[in-house]
Amino acid sequence: MKIVIVGCGRVGSALAESYDAGGHDVVVLDLSTRAFDRLPGEFRGSAVRGDGTDEDTLRRAGAEGADIFLALTEGDNRNVMAAQVATEKLAIERVVAKINDPVRAAAYAELGIATVCRTTMLADAISGFLGLALSGVPSVIAATGSHHDAPDHLPIGDRGAAAAAAGSAGREA
Amino acid sequence: MFVLVVGGGKVGYYLAKELIESAHEVVLMEKDRARADQIADEIGSIVVAHDGCEGKYLGEAGCARADIVAAVTGDDEDNLVICQMAKHHFDVKRTIARVNNPKNEALFRHLGVDEIISPTRMILGSIEQDIPVHELLHLAALGEGELEIIEAHLQDGSPAIGRTAGDIAMPEGCSLFAVVRGGVAIPLRPDVTLQVGDKVIAIGPTECETMLHAQLIGDGAEGIAAGI
Repeated sequence: MKIVIVGCGRVGSALAESYDAGGHDVVVLDLSTRAFDRLPGEFRGSAVRGDGTDEDTLRRAGAEGADIFLALTEGDNRNVMAAQVATEKLAIERVVAKINDPVRAAAYAELGIATVCRTTMLADAISGFLGLALSGVPSVIAATGSHHDAPDHLPIGDRGAAAAAAGSAGREA
Repeated sequence: MFVLVVGGGKVGYYLAKELIESAHEVVLMEKDRARADQIADEIGSIVVAHDGCEGKYLGEAGCARADIVAAVTGDDEDNLVICQMAKHHFDVKRTIARVNNPKNEALFRHLGVDEIISPTRMILGSIEQDIPVHELLHLAALGEGELEIIEAHLQDGSPAIGRTAGDIAMPEGCSLFAVVRGGVAIPLRPDVTLQVGDKVIAIGPTECETMLHAQLIGDGAEGIAAGI
């Protein structure tokens, strides 16, 4: 599979290394070439310095026709924008954005972007380890809509509750 | 009208100030507390010192009852997110984004931002007006959809010279509506014959540009449309 990763931080580089070792075709982008120091010497994929929110840069890096697109930079909004470029402009089917703000994570899942929220993920991991109550909010939310069929105009509280219900149901399954 | 301005840089600051002077209700969001305090000292307590990209703070700033949200921070991706959150979560009717990278204009419009202001494009347009090589100029983008107002400067060698406006085949959804000749604007009726030096004003979708270029400028000439 062809996998594009925007942001070569700890998570991005770890995934790039692991998918590359697994035989996938990996393209990783970062604004800084220093970030690529995290990649192992035997990395066979391509590492491209450039802005992952820029359509032309992504095309030049060979992101077209990718099976999977992961937006994993440190900026929530950069990830949101990169993910939307991948979905809307490059027609990539499986797109995941890291969004650390739980509200934005739930919101963008409804606009067609699968999101991962480190905040709820870590909080629940810690609570789970300690045997204390979990947040009830999912940290990985599958895309449930598209910005084309939004807005269905639920107030923000209802959206959060709906997403939480959907998420906990998913976890039990 | 209640306008929520996000981003307290130079643009946000003067925008809020002007709006208050025209008696509109304004809330300005600026995440840098020192900057927020500075603005509040100058123009009053209309400043919310929080990040307007966070749904929670947008809500607290009254986004749900805003008539207009103007996202004017220095970062395109932040402005996109602010407008999308406003539109899809708070039902705001009109969202305006400042865009620095002109390439983002079409994307933002596609993603639901109502109005896009690109200072870079405006300055570029101004510069290009002085350079005769670029015969097709983008004068403005229209609020909804992807329509643009384009000016074509007819020069020697243009296939349109000597033809009447009615004679020129226009792509679907694109029309010529005026000609500027000797500093005077003339409505472009089908019987008007085009001359060298005319500035023809057209309105149409961005995709029409290549055809417009072929009809009004000619295939040989290098215009900005060639690069698009």
